[in-house]
Amino acid sequence: MNAQMVMYEDEFNQITQVCERLTREASAKVVFLVDKNGQLIASCGQTENLDTTSLASLTAGNIAATGGLAKLIGEKEFSILFHEGERDNLHITIVGGRVILVVIFDSRSSLGLVRLRVKKAGEELGRIFDGLLKKVEAPGAGSPFAEITDEDIDNLFSE
Amino acid sequence: MSFINYSSREISCKIVYYGPGLCGKTTNLQYIYAKTNPEAKGKMISLATETDRTLFFDFLPLSLAEIRGFKTRFHLYTVPGQVFYDASRKLILKGVDGVVFVADSQIERMEANLESFDNLRTNLAEQGYDLAKVPFVVQYNKRDLPNVVPVDELRRALNIQGVPEYQAVAPTGVGVFDTLKAVAKLVLTELRKTG
Repeated sequence: MNAQMVMYEDEFNQITQVCERLTREASAKVVFLVDKNGQLIASCGQTENLDTTSLASLTAGNIAATGGLAKLIGEKEFSILFHEGERDNLHITIVGGRVILVVIFDSRSSLGLVRLRVKKAGEELGRIFDGLLKKVEAPGAGSPFAEITDEDIDNLFSE
Repeated sequence: MSFINYSSREISCKIVYYGPGLCGKTTNLQYIYAKTNPEAKGKMISLATETDRTLFFDFLPLSLAEIRGFKTRFHLYTVPGQVFYDASRKLILKGVDGVVFVADSQIERMEANLESFDNLRTNLAEQGYDLAKVPFVVQYNKRDLPNVVPVDELRRALNIQGVPEYQAVAPTGVGVFDTLKAVAKLVLTELRKTG
């Protein structure tokens, strides 16, 4: 079972910076980061007309399905996936074994450039997530939900 | 596993609807989608075959009110019910926070219910979860049909744990929101325990 996923302000800012730089340096349209359970962590670039929640869930489903395929042929996982479209392309990588980095790019960029920039960004993100995990596992990192009451929960459903 | 985001002040939880083929998992989600305010729901995604059988999963993101300053989001998933899609079902259970078992109340589907229930327990165990400890709710669906098994009998077969249970007619919405609320409540209560 995975540990609880938690995101703090500091790490979120660091992650967003890395994603923004990657968007610029790879001449990408959109960069987003998803956890393996399909929750969106961060997104940068031209996300206005994009359903990022659906993208996150389908990306995680895609990674899960290809991971299943990998295991069937004796591989641990396929860490890079590439989908080529008529206009836009998707480059998907697993970072730090835990999160998924997705880059959407068109003909203004190239697969080679994206791969190069993703490698560097992936290493940085991996380090941030390692630190985050240590922080979450550290004692005293209490959840804000430890003190919620039955009333709080009931109120959510009062119509 | 739930995802607590202090930066955007959001908490997201994953709920999976499980059950035998054609028991009404997708219908549950479709009803919830149809009856939820547009601002509280995202797009519903169904990865289905040409004959509308679930191939991989259905996905429906919902957002509820705030709790202690955190926006609560629930991501609802269904699994493909047909027996031979077991590999896909295992994948969808990853990171689950709460499970709804949708039983088909018809007499001729009793065996399929039992098989799917066993399959749920096995697949959860493979991911390191114990069904007795996961937030879990049972729904007896299709109660409007003439050839249904009495609820007592269904309970003895599928709910020996005594978890919250609801009778339902998913296409008309009977029991659908009761089931969802019950599992969401259990998930949030669990979050308090682990927090």
